[in-house]
Amino acid sequence: MTQAAALCPSCGGPIQFRWSSSVQTTCPYCKSILIRTDVKLERVGVVSDLPPDSSPIQLGTSGVYENRAFTVGGRIIYDYDEGSWNEWHIMLSQGGSAWLSDAQSQYAVTLAFNATPLPPVGAVQLGERFTWSKTEYTVTAITEARYRGVEGELPFEYWDKQSATFVDLRSPGADFATLDYSDENPVLYLGRAVDFDDLRLKNLRTFEGWS
Amino acid sequence: MSAGTPQVPPGEPQIKTLSCSNCGAPLEVRSMGRAVSIVCGHCHSILDARDSRLRILERFEAATGEETLLIPLGSRGKWRGVVYEVIGFQVRTMEADGVPYSWREYLLFSPYKGFRYLTEYNGHWNDCSVVTALPEVRGRAAKYLGKTYRHYQTCVARTTYVLGEFPWQVSVNDAVEVTDYIAPPYVLSSETADNETTWTLGEYVHGADIWRAFGLPGRAPAPIGIYENQPSALRQSSGRIWVSFLALGTALFVIFILNEVFAQQEQVFREFYRFSPSSTEASFVTPVFELKGRTSDVEVQTDADVTNQWIYLNYALINDDTGQAYDFGREVTFYQGVDSDGHWQEGSQHDRAVLPSIPAGHYYLRVEPESDPKLGTIGYSVTVTRDVPVLRIYLLAFVALLVPALLISWRTYNFEQMRWAQSDHPRRSIGSGE
Repeated sequence: MTQAAALCPSCGGPIQFRWSSSVQTTCPYCKSILIRTDVKLERVGVVSDLPPDSSPIQLGTSGVYENRAFTVGGRIIYDYDEGSWNEWHIMLSQGGSAWLSDAQSQYAVTLAFNATPLPPVGAVQLGERFTWSKTEYTVTAITEARYRGVEGELPFEYWDKQSATFVDLRSPGADFATLDYSDENPVLYLGRAVDFDDLRLKNLRTFEGWS
Repeated sequence: MSAGTPQVPPGEPQIKTLSCSNCGAPLEVRSMGRAVSIVCGHCHSILDARDSRLRILERFEAATGEETLLIPLGSRGKWRGVVYEVIGFQVRTMEADGVPYSWREYLLFSPYKGFRYLTEYNGHWNDCSVVTALPEVRGRAAKYLGKTYRHYQTCVARTTYVLGEFPWQVSVNDAVEVTDYIAPPYVLSSETADNETTWTLGEYVHGADIWRAFGLPGRAPAPIGIYENQPSALRQSSGRIWVSFLALGTALFVIFILNEVFAQQEQVFREFYRFSPSSTEASFVTPVFELKGRTSDVEVQTDADVTNQWIYLNYALINDDTGQAYDFGREVTFYQGVDSDGHWQEGSQHDRAVLPSIPAGHYYLRVEPESDPKLGTIGYSVTVTRDVPVLRIYLLAFVALLVPALLISWRTYNFEQMRWAQSDHPRRSIGSGE
């Protein structure tokens, strides 16, 4: 799936896209944030140092979600009052992409889902119920998150954000949903809470002293 | 991985040597980037792990002095197939009827599997993890992944001691409402603070398994009392023994019915005699009769015309071919009369004796009657019947099956009484239900 290489406009290093729909990536050499336009890569900023992180997932980690293989291509890191979490951008084997969130080793995989109308930000209450795709979800967390950094390929431009509201919802059957209010229009993601072992992850980070 | 795509440096775990910003004591950071709070073990300052200067959030005084950690911070062990390290410890306290109860929670960390807790109260341990699906509360029960858990207790728990590091902001005296629902060996707990609820699922585990996994010295302290989600070893056997009881009882009943149906009840001898107690030599033998067919039991029935007197008969069933004798004695007594309470009677004029497993052959009876010489002549008949159904051995077998089942059920019942005695729903007694 690797696309033809371009050169980083900042340092000249080769930039490759694993996924044709990637809109943004970071230069692994100089940490520039690069936006792909029709003809070239445009440098829009630079990633500040990523926070120390103990997620076992890294760019290039592969796994399986609902019988579909995936590869991790990028991530967004968020901070909130109780810590931080990663939204790993994963590319699915039969096309399309999804998000694998790792919040203190609580994993969930979600895909964007078209549903209207979505409740406006601020109107959602804890415990409120919504039904999407024939599943009833209950709001379990409303999180004010601060954008902390990006890495790798993303399906949209995401580099000049400050903070956003996220609403997490769960079902009795381990379904998982997120309402993402980082843009003007909310976006709904539906998926499942998953166990680390069920993801069958390969090419994980290794931790010295941990087997 | 595609060639040419540089591997992003994974960022080696930073084994930072930090020192407490309050007292300067060295701090060990074990959970890499995940710690949100670190507690200084020396001065009990709770520090903000995400602040590079380790801002002091609060300090607490340990109300009961230093706590003894049964599993020291930094202990590593293979638990459920994964290496975990103990990184945090907290004591939480609830009050019931003005009495404080404290339990201890050991926070375990693996960079792959994340966090789990081992909790301990009076030597009872639970292995707890945050749940992935949303439990549904319906009245006094909670449903989680198809299993029903029964409400045990709701209380307010406060953190009273913390040590080590935590992936959330800890604060001493933080109060949360804890509700436990049980389905032994599992306990489903909800913790509600600031309108947000976290659910964890705990499984009762044995201290010895923890001692082995973490290589702890000595022995795990023996558990005291019965814990809310402690499985009753007898509960399972109680269910099983009733299944066995039902199976064996049914088998017994079937055998009994077959025995009733197929018992031939063949009368082989019957004779009427008169006995005069004053006679000197009363002993006599009957004519020879034949027991045919398979080996079976033989019933000797004595019907004596005794009223307010007794007759004792020394019997011997003798095999005419081999000389083998089966000796037995029977007494037939019958008394009756009238007193202030009206008519009364005692004993019976009829007696049956059953001899088990008599092989086929020619037999005769030797009969030696005795009675009170002062009494008159007694008429009696002797009837020999082979292959008769016997209820009594089936009743004995039934009781032998029933007694252990009842005993185990009684002990299970007591175990459950004790389990629920500490809950919000203590059970009163048999039949009051819950």
